[in-house]
Amino acid sequence: MRVTSPHAHGPLSTAEVMRAVLIASLPGIVALTHFFGFGVLVNILWACLVALGCEALALALRKRPIGFYLNDASALVTATLLAIAMPPGSPWWLILVGVAFSILIAKHLYGGLGYNPFNPAMVGYVVLLISFPVEMTAWLTPAGVEATNTPGILAALQACFAPDTIDAITMATPLDLLRQNNSLLLEDLWLQTPQYGRWAGIGWEWANIGFLIGGLWLLYRRIFTWHAPVAMLTSLALMSAIFFDGGSSASGGSPLFHMLSGGTMFGAFFIVTDPVTSAVSNHGRLVYGALIGLLIFLIRVWGNYPDAVAFSVLLMNFAAPFIDYYTQPKTYGHGGSEG
Amino acid sequence: MRKVWDFHGGIHPAENKYQSLHTPIRQAGIPAQLTYPLSQHIGAPAKPIVEVGQQVLKGEMIARADGFVSVPVHASTSGTIVAIEERMVAHPSGLPAPCIVLESDGRDQWVELRGIDDYHQLDKPALLEIIRQAGIAGMGGAGFPAAVKLGVNPQAGKIETLVINGTECEPYITADDILMRERADEIIGGTRILQHLVEPTETLLGIEDNKPEAIAALLAAAQGTDVEIVVIPTKYPSGGERQLIEILSGKQVPSGGLPANIGVVCLNIGTALAIYRAVTHGEPLISRITTVTGEALEQPQNFEVLLGSPMRFLLDQAGFQAERSTRLVMGGPMMGFTVMDDEAPIVNTTNCLLAPTETELPPPSPTQACIRCGLCADACPASLLPQQLYWFAVGKEYEKLENHKLFDCIECGACSFVCPSSIPLVQYYRASKAEVLQARKDLAKSDHARLRYEARDERLERESLEKEAKRKARKEAAEERARQAAAAGNEAEADPIQAAIDRARAKKAAAQQAASDQPPTGETPPADAAQLAIAKAMAARATNSGQSPLEKAEAKLKRLRERLANSETKLQQSQAADADDTIINALQSALEKLRPKLAEAERELASLQEQNEA
Amino acid sequence: MYELIAQYPFLAALVALVGMGLCFGALLGFAAEKFKTEGNPISEQINAILPQTQCGQCGYPGCRPYSDAIASGDAAINRCPPGGEATIAQLAILLDVEAIPLDEEHGEEEQAAIVAYIREDECIGCTKCILACPVDAILGAAKQMHTVIVSECTGCDLCVEPCPVDCIDLLSEETTVQSWHWDLPPPTIIATDRESSLADEEKAA
Repeated sequence: MRVTSPHAHGPLSTAEVMRAVLIASLPGIVALTHFFGFGVLVNILWACLVALGCEALALALRKRPIGFYLNDASALVTATLLAIAMPPGSPWWLILVGVAFSILIAKHLYGGLGYNPFNPAMVGYVVLLISFPVEMTAWLTPAGVEATNTPGILAALQACFAPDTIDAITMATPLDLLRQNNSLLLEDLWLQTPQYGRWAGIGWEWANIGFLIGGLWLLYRRIFTWHAPVAMLTSLALMSAIFFDGGSSASGGSPLFHMLSGGTMFGAFFIVTDPVTSAVSNHGRLVYGALIGLLIFLIRVWGNYPDAVAFSVLLMNFAAPFIDYYTQPKTYGHGGSEG
Repeated sequence: MRKVWDFHGGIHPAENKYQSLHTPIRQAGIPAQLTYPLSQHIGAPAKPIVEVGQQVLKGEMIARADGFVSVPVHASTSGTIVAIEERMVAHPSGLPAPCIVLESDGRDQWVELRGIDDYHQLDKPALLEIIRQAGIAGMGGAGFPAAVKLGVNPQAGKIETLVINGTECEPYITADDILMRERADEIIGGTRILQHLVEPTETLLGIEDNKPEAIAALLAAAQGTDVEIVVIPTKYPSGGERQLIEILSGKQVPSGGLPANIGVVCLNIGTALAIYRAVTHGEPLISRITTVTGEALEQPQNFEVLLGSPMRFLLDQAGFQAERSTRLVMGGPMMGFTVMDDEAPIVNTTNCLLAPTETELPPPSPTQACIRCGLCADACPASLLPQQLYWFAVGKEYEKLENHKLFDCIECGACSFVCPSSIPLVQYYRASKAEVLQARKDLAKSDHARLRYEARDERLERESLEKEAKRKARKEAAEERARQAAAAGNEAEADPIQAAIDRARAKKAAAQQAASDQPPTGETPPADAAQLAIAKAMAARATNSGQSPLEKAEAKLKRLRERLANSETKLQQSQAADADDTIINALQSALEKLRPKLAEAERELASLQEQNEA
Repeated sequence: MYELIAQYPFLAALVALVGMGLCFGALLGFAAEKFKTEGNPISEQINAILPQTQCGQCGYPGCRPYSDAIASGDAAINRCPPGGEATIAQLAILLDVEAIPLDEEHGEEEQAAIVAYIREDECIGCTKCILACPVDAILGAAKQMHTVIVSECTGCDLCVEPCPVDCIDLLSEETTVQSWHWDLPPPTIIATDRESSLADEEKAA
């Protein structure tokens, strides 16, 4: 057969990359399940089913071989990431709408894997947040607060598929409270808040640490480079350090708080690193990550939404080609070190 | 330890070199037929200087270099030339190319060789000429004529560093490794000749750290010389000329430029060895070491093979099992190309023949979509963005490809190696380079064609203007002449048109009179007849003016009688010749008209005669 | 007057807008005169993109008339077969219009470069082809041998018809080892319709 060189190939394949991402999200999922109940798992499983169904539908309509494309696990990754971002105990139709929008519109309408300019999971999340703000901000009370019983499997399934029959007890997240606060010193605020854990919200801090572990493992496996996540975390920490005045009522929260709250670690290692929608060169990724971190802080503290990872990422997805244009690496022989 | 730098990117594929290093170099022997492509190098193909049927000796030149950037070809064994024609050669296209075919006679008889004992006595041009005539081109895989590389213009700058490339970074290939183990002395000898030629400030022999035996052998051979053996970390593609220079000197060769621009000259150890043998023994380049390896062979090993031997010859000796092999690759797994016909000949750039099984080098997986992971950019030794180049290649955006430095790609294959979606990136770049070059050529051609078209338009316009101008000039000249003639009083010249009209009218009138004077004849041209008539009329007028009435009447009668006689004769002739009725009728009617006129004229004369007598 | 304007803001707005209009109008008029371009520069740019085969397949007598027609909006950009898809794409980018597929009425896109060859045995030296060639690529004179200057021939086809003995062939150039190059890989094979991808494979085989 006539084939072009090279004839040897490295060990990595797209399916393996996707599988590695899924495995890396496990520690975070475990932490979330522990603190918020099995609703997380039900979310994920239902989202995965819907995702596979939507992807199969889209592939059939586009006349592609379904088995081959489903095998690359990219739909599963999108579904898992979206499900993690949604409140546990979300109704089944909420997840359906979100996942269907992500897969069908934000991914396949643009041409399928590799062709979408915007992160599909984040597009789905934002659509849901804007269309169903009440359901999307109904976070359950985490375990460890007072005498909460996190839902068991059956309760979780019921919450998902028969939502009207359950009365969930929800509670504002620490980020919500921080935003609404304008009178108390932060230390006092946290003393008052039962859902404040050691460094940030109960459950949230451990979930973030879980995602951090997963992300470090992905770095070790060289699934992505350190530039984007490190830039994002650094810039977020820097911004919050600059504007942290010791915890006054107008303060935006300490750097540690921001690091371990909401979707910070999850965003840093699973959303910002999405290769399809980020900048192309390593220098570009530094800029991309840094600006995301900046935007997250700005929107969290002065914007209308408590958590801002999704919006920041989508805004920077817009800017990625522009960043690419200005951050081309210096090619060999073009003004590199010439002795 | 000498400082070494690093180049960006690079990969670490499985080395797979141990398989072919079990045995020392084995002599491949003489095949029955050898084929010498005329183009085994970069530059113009060589021109044959032998004829079919000619007997040649081993080492005899059979094709001479054509031009400056070219290399001669020598027979690698003695025998008879049987053909000079197109034969299958080892090329990714699978197309044939012109070759000289030799049938060996088994005697392997050398041509007379003349080695140089002390090359220090020779000046550089003489040494370069020896190297050139020995047919030495780069043996690392590119095949650039060595004499051209070494003869680089000194005005380009002094060569500071001589680099000898012993890295052999590609997996599977061990030809250079075994050469360094077994013939380190000759390699160092060749290096010292090059030192004499190039006069560098430092000489570095770069070698990867996965070849400990070779390093030891070279260190031993280089004792007492100033050739420095530099051991560098194993990474693909550190053997690329530009990458090796960056590793050893920290400097980058400018894009589109030569290493000589930064004072470096780089040659493969095989080339250095060939130069040694050419200078000291007078031997032209007629053989090389080729690694034959892969799991579809029973005994993978290194052969010293005569150039021009068919690949089949080597494969058989290594125990090739065709049913287990999926493809035959000339070169290594990263930059080699598949060979369709194993009868193709070994040339001076064949460093390896790879015969893998399906499990060893599986066929490429189906290509998936690019997920923009950027692993390719991390691996690229030229710091390119292969991902962007891929997107632009698919979209055929030639300008953007050039902006992203497509032509700096060295086609090493590191990007395709790491791509998780199995995209054949190198093929995209090769095809795009060809397309961009073709687009440039097409643009030049279309600009040229447009200029020619515009020139032709201009020419046609110019010609029609000239015609117009000439016509006007003629008209003006005629008018000028007319004016001058009018001033001189020459009527005919003053108004030539009017004069022409008058002439025509007169001719017409004379013709009519001549016609009525005589019966119409079809023979006399009217012009002559008209003129005759005019002359007659004028003569008649002249004579008439001096005559008395009686004389006039007599003359008239005489004329009329003549006319009658003529008419009668004519009528008779016509009747005898049985002419047209109309003619006969006309003649008869003319005759009838004449008779009364004649009668009247007679009466007139008679009355005048009576008056005179009275 | 200022009091009047101050009293009726409507007047102020009117005065301001009319004043600005007159000002800018004058400026634009002046600029239109001072910076007026000679000829039609867009036609030059279009002509630079066209392949200059001067074959007339577009329906215009040459590339320059076609480019003038495009510039004035009389012709569509998809009428040039020798230029093919690449030219249409470039024209679409230049003129900021949609790239439409080649109008097959005017001929199909040739894949390989073609060059005219005169069979010299049969040439009668009539000079009809010389007069027809738009780039003067045929060498010859009346009653002398005619031959095509291969490097100048654009393969436009205009010489074939006038030849009374039909001795002109259009041949495509052969690929040699030197001129061969890799083709772009097929698009992800699985990315086309299953049926058509199989058909493509059969065609390529």
